[in-house]
Amino acid sequence: MSGYGMANAERAQPVLTAREAGLVGCAECGHVFPIGTETCAVCGTHLVSRDIASLQRVWAWLFAGMVVYIPANVYPMLRTSTLGTTQESTIVGGVVDLIDHGSIGVALIVFVASVIIPVSKFIAIAYLAIRVQRGLPGTASHFHLYEFVEFIGRWSMIDVFVVAILSALVQLNFVATINPGIAAVSFALSVAFTMISANSFDPKLIWDVPPKGKPV
Amino acid sequence: MAYQTGMTDSLSDMIACPKCDALHRVPRVAPGEQAKCVRCGTVLMAPKEGAMTRIVMLSVTALILMVAAVFFPFLELSVQGLGTTSSVFDAVLAFSDGLMLPLSFAVAALIVVLPITRFIALIYVFAPMALGWAPARRAKDAYKLAERIRPWAMAEIFIIGVAVALVKVAGLAQVTLGPAFWAFVGLVIITMLKDNFMCRVTVWQTLNARSPS
Repeated sequence: MSGYGMANAERAQPVLTAREAGLVGCAECGHVFPIGTETCAVCGTHLVSRDIASLQRVWAWLFAGMVVYIPANVYPMLRTSTLGTTQESTIVGGVVDLIDHGSIGVALIVFVASVIIPVSKFIAIAYLAIRVQRGLPGTASHFHLYEFVEFIGRWSMIDVFVVAILSALVQLNFVATINPGIAAVSFALSVAFTMISANSFDPKLIWDVPPKGKPV
Repeated sequence: MAYQTGMTDSLSDMIACPKCDALHRVPRVAPGEQAKCVRCGTVLMAPKEGAMTRIVMLSVTALILMVAAVFFPFLELSVQGLGTTSSVFDAVLAFSDGLMLPLSFAVAALIVVLPITRFIALIYVFAPMALGWAPARRAKDAYKLAERIRPWAMAEIFIIGVAVALVKVAGLAQVTLGPAFWAFVGLVIITMLKDNFMCRVTVWQTLNARSPS
């Protein structure tokens, strides 16, 4: 911490980026090379100063994730059969059941992981991508939003695992049986697609100030 | 103390933050200390004493725990005299009928296959270096693979899923935790400790310095 932490005091002065210095930095290992170098000599990664094309991948995966999120909420996630009666529950239905059982804390975990996180991820990724496309230079808080989205996305898988565990565990023939519903597949896909979308985003784009002469 | 650098430095003395492209002079960081990017705060260097030996030992431990976690009984359920035992393997097979089959493969990959691949790759990268030898052939590719897999290895998320599932069946039946459950909990803790010892840029610096050129 010491020594380098003090550098924050100098934050007011503008930061020199590798691109402004005529260099390209490796996104994997950080080593720098003259701009135009194709491959990193240290780790072999393909070098791109700014991956503008990444935005297309970001949008494509984001839309795919949003589309499969719809059936994930409409169709049942779980089919529970107890003593001859079958009950189907969707994602939100499962949360309501948990509240009825009095497990407010667990209901909250499932609701945050399956509804709040996916929906805010859609909004956050789209917001950051639109900002970059409009040429608006971002601040540290935009970057932290990106980091948070990248970190939190995988936790949405909780509900898929819950369904897998319940279906494996509760197989007591007539007394009680739990089976997965089709929504489990669409939900897993939605989480995976948005994770790929966030991973495709080149965070260096967030910081960039558009070249001079172009209207901001 | 200027960390921003001028054009006169040689390229190998400089480093660009992988997240925001800010250019830095490669700092001299004592073991146990950290160097952070001046602009975005990303940790650039975090050398730790004996980090490589610890990563190898923790990865080996995690591998052993994973074997136990997969094959020992994970949870036991009993209701009105009827009982079932299920292992992690059963959880993986829960989606194995028809349309759900691909999901079965995905769950297997996320909670078992990818974590195991990652442990093996890390042992392959760090074990020779921990012994003071030069890195193994293609160690750089193995490390890149381990880093690529990282977000997709979801053992810790699975544990939270188990906790939620336990609450859901609590009213329906009595559930007992098997030995595999505790193996899995241990696995998650070990994985977090291990990742704490790794800083990507530092690892690349070390790999590069020790590779025969």
